[in-house]
Amino acid sequence: MSETLVNGKKSTTELEKVVIRFAGDSGDGMQLTGSQFSFTSALWGNDLATFPDFPAEIRAPQGTVEGVSGFQVQIGKIDIYTPGDQADVLVAMNPAALKSNLQFARKGGNIIVDLDAFVDRNIEKAGFVTNPLEDDTLADYNVVEAPISSLTKTALEGLQLDNKSIMRSKNMFALGMMYWLFDRSLKETEKYIESKFKKTPALAEGNKRALNAGFHYAETIEALPSMYKIPPAIIEKGVYRHISGNTATAWGLMAAAERIGKKLFLGSYPITPASDILHELSRHKNLGVITMQAEDEIAAVCSAIGASYAGQLGVTTSSGPGIALKGEAIGLAVMAEIPLVVVDVQRGGPSTGLPTKTEQADINIAVFGRNSESPAVVLAASTPANCFEFAYMAAKIAMEHMTPVILLTDGYLANGSEPWKFPKTADMPPINLEEAKKSDGVYYPYERDAEKLARGWAVPGTPGFEHRIGGLEKQEKTGNVSYDPTNHEKMVRTRAEKVERVANYIPDIEVQGNGDGKLLVVGWGGTFGGLRTAVTELQHANKKVDFVHFNYINPLPKNTKAIFEKYNKIVVCELNMGQFASLLRSKFPDMNILSYSKIQGQPFLVTELKEVFIEHLKD
Amino acid sequence: MEALADVPKAYTKKDFESDQLVRWCPGCGDYSILSAMTNALPQLGIPRENFVFVSGIGCAARFPYYMNTYGFHTIHGRGPAVATGVKLANPKLSVWEIQGDGDALAIGGNHFIHALRRNIDINILLFNNEIYGLTKGQYSPTSPTGLVTKSTPYGSVERPFHAAELVIGAQGTFYARTIDTNPKLMTEIFVHAAKHVGTSLVEVLQNCVIFNDDAHAGVTAKQNRDDFQLHVKHGQPLLFGKDNKKGIRLNGLKLEVVTLGENGITEKDILVHDAHNEDPALHLMLARMAPPHFPMALGVIREVRAKTYDEAIAEEREKITENAKYHSVDDLLKSGETWEIK
Ligand SMILES: Cc1ncc(C[n+]2csc(CCOP(=O)(O)OP(=O)(O)O)c2C)c(N)n1
Ligand code: SF4
Ligand SMILES: [Mg+2]
Repeated sequence: MSETLVNGKKSTTELEKVVIRFAGDSGDGMQLTGSQFSFTSALWGNDLATFPDFPAEIRAPQGTVEGVSGFQVQIGKIDIYTPGDQADVLVAMNPAALKSNLQFARKGGNIIVDLDAFVDRNIEKAGFVTNPLEDDTLADYNVVEAPISSLTKTALEGLQLDNKSIMRSKNMFALGMMYWLFDRSLKETEKYIESKFKKTPALAEGNKRALNAGFHYAETIEALPSMYKIPPAIIEKGVYRHISGNTATAWGLMAAAERIGKKLFLGSYPITPASDILHELSRHKNLGVITMQAEDEIAAVCSAIGASYAGQLGVTTSSGPGIALKGEAIGLAVMAEIPLVVVDVQRGGPSTGLPTKTEQADINIAVFGRNSESPAVVLAASTPANCFEFAYMAAKIAMEHMTPVILLTDGYLANGSEPWKFPKTADMPPINLEEAKKSDGVYYPYERDAEKLARGWAVPGTPGFEHRIGGLEKQEKTGNVSYDPTNHEKMVRTRAEKVERVANYIPDIEVQGNGDGKLLVVGWGGTFGGLRTAVTELQHANKKVDFVHFNYINPLPKNTKAIFEKYNKIVVCELNMGQFASLLRSKFPDMNILSYSKIQGQPFLVTELKEVFIEHLKD
Repeated sequence: MEALADVPKAYTKKDFESDQLVRWCPGCGDYSILSAMTNALPQLGIPRENFVFVSGIGCAARFPYYMNTYGFHTIHGRGPAVATGVKLANPKLSVWEIQGDGDALAIGGNHFIHALRRNIDINILLFNNEIYGLTKGQYSPTSPTGLVTKSTPYGSVERPFHAAELVIGAQGTFYARTIDTNPKLMTEIFVHAAKHVGTSLVEVLQNCVIFNDDAHAGVTAKQNRDDFQLHVKHGQPLLFGKDNKKGIRLNGLKLEVVTLGENGITEKDILVHDAHNEDPALHLMLARMAPPHFPMALGVIREVRAKTYDEAIAEEREKITENAKYHSVDDLLKSGETWEIK
């Protein structure tokens, strides 16, 4: 139907990209609305990135700012790496949603509100003194006051539905309006509605009617300036799906375990924003997954260590406060030299901090946060989809090198999602285990392979390989307890060297740019999208700025130094006080390594980054 | 790795002794526990490679180093969690977890109760010397009130935990108590614990000669054996004392010590031990008995069958697998909504 309406009575403006933000009460179904819009846009061929913004409180009172749930999506005909800085279109279903989301709306952009929700009681609850539709709060925006609630009610008249169900369909009315505005088909969402409400035809009918009513309403009113057209992006051919960072992490771990024919054992204790990995893995116990919700984070990591000791892939997932609790046990895995994957979905800290907000401040705890000399491999995913790849690599490295590996993701990656051209598991790199061997008929638990320095993984149940390991210092080769001073030094250095040698098995970093830039922008982990977009836009404007992004934090890729040496100014951008910058400075003390940091629980904005880089290019 | 077992069919005690020098203090009760264990394992008919000894930290926790089996000496108090992971990773293994009283009931108290609550099929041995041995003599959660130690120079003001109460509070399915001075009883109980399906908790009253010598002498000393040890056996009357003349009777809601032949007491009045009773009330009363007014109960006090954690997990997996939509990670990747860009 919408296809025939491409040239409606209004003019059509073509855009490269657009940011849309849906905001409403937690019960208004904004997440669903946002994901439907995203899915339809993906099918249409746009590239996109999404980010949900949940309230921290589960059931904050209706109509309050605390109870507002938002969903932002950026769609484009160009490559999209972030959900966007500011919304070109903000849909606010009530005054509270307007109040808390106005900060995310671009001046000059469109704001669509449900006029019916702007009654005194709601206005007051949201903390406005006067009605924002009547004062000059919205003077800088094009405001569309749509009586969404009452029109939804009218549209659904005659259906056997109670008032609550009718009101719950108003998100579909808003979605219908957006579909008209962006020239999208209603087909996929109608299909979705039909399948979701298969058992309640009245609800299916109601939601479809609301969706269509919104579409026609938008077409009819004069308030919307024009229809926007965002042509399909040039996207690599293939089969795509949407994926969030947490799901990708779970599946990447599963893919690694399946590849090597081991069970995946997850010991975990719930914590935002990591719990969804536990939830996702708990659904797949038929695929060789065992999950245990442990009594605390210490038990979680210890049970994973026990599972690895017994020959399966032991994994534990958490966020900052939980990682702090796991430190001693991770040290045990360092000493016992057994595989362990620790996923840290970073959030704002210290202490309980900002549970639902993103931050990148756990690099120090990941690299250094254990007693004594306790090296571990540290990886960081940089997009929701590549959490799959790095979770897989974390498991591969842990098993091949017999070491704990810490995978850093963050709240932004974990909950963000993007279209993903997913691989076949057979295309993932193979995993080659160091077999436990005997020399002269004797098994020495700490005999190492010459290249990786990994010891063999002898698993209980294997006759002839009975042995004891533990947290006490080991004599080299035999693994017996040893307090010998020179042996200790040798073992400390060997464990460090073993982790360093992982660098021989990871890819070099690649520079984006032609290598003649004045300025090298350095990022790591979840800030990739914003940094990449900012640098690309500057490069298109012929600014001499290059970019590298790190996924391997410890050890660093081998070519890091060679790349850094080409630049006289390096700016490390991160959502903390400069932890990665400090790490790099300690490795490359002679280089001019500067730091740009932000600690607001929010990702970088492309605009702010561009300003920073332009400033750096001046001198 | 080798495909064939290079182990004899019938094991002897020697097969389970490791080549490591045992480093407990001379006279420490741990020696006899170790010996009872190496006596018990050959009786179980389990291949040696399937035994795993896990421990935390403490004198007791050195135990795995001295066993010629798989062994993992982990971190303080976390042994039950590690052992849980080992068992879930490979349910065929016979998993033993060795703890001191500080390890189990102070730093590791949480893991201790949760292992019991889950009823995972592992065996936990609690070496209770009522003191921190390895750190040289501080009071522990089982030290009696008033005990003078390095950290309680004026005597402990805290009230002690009784392991049995925690076991029952955590819905434990197996609780046995033994003493380090009775090798035969220890061996018997270890074998019994191994055969119990579910978490077996064996408390060994162990003597630390250095920091808390004779802590259990009120029960273990030769002259106290008759009057202060009650060896309980399922289905047998609770008799003790020289010539088994004394017994335990349930009087109202209380236990009392009675003497056969006195005040018309006959064997019919004596309580018969029912270790298999699901209701733990009597088990708790028996476990709480202590000198000077009562003998201490030794032997298997509680042994009930309940579904284990590992069984429940296996059942769940089977059920899920029957109706599974996805059979591989590739299936999962393709699941849900996908679209093709051509
Ligand atoms: C995290 C941590 N805290 C403290 C210690 C020190 N520590 C080692 S053993 C122990 C207590 C041991 O007492 P218990 O568990 O009763 O064992 P025992 O030595 O008496 O057999 C303590 C406090 C430690 N190793 N690790
Ligand atoms: S300190 Fe006590 S418990 Fe530890 S080995 Fe010596 S006697 Fe045994
Ligand atoms: Mg002790």
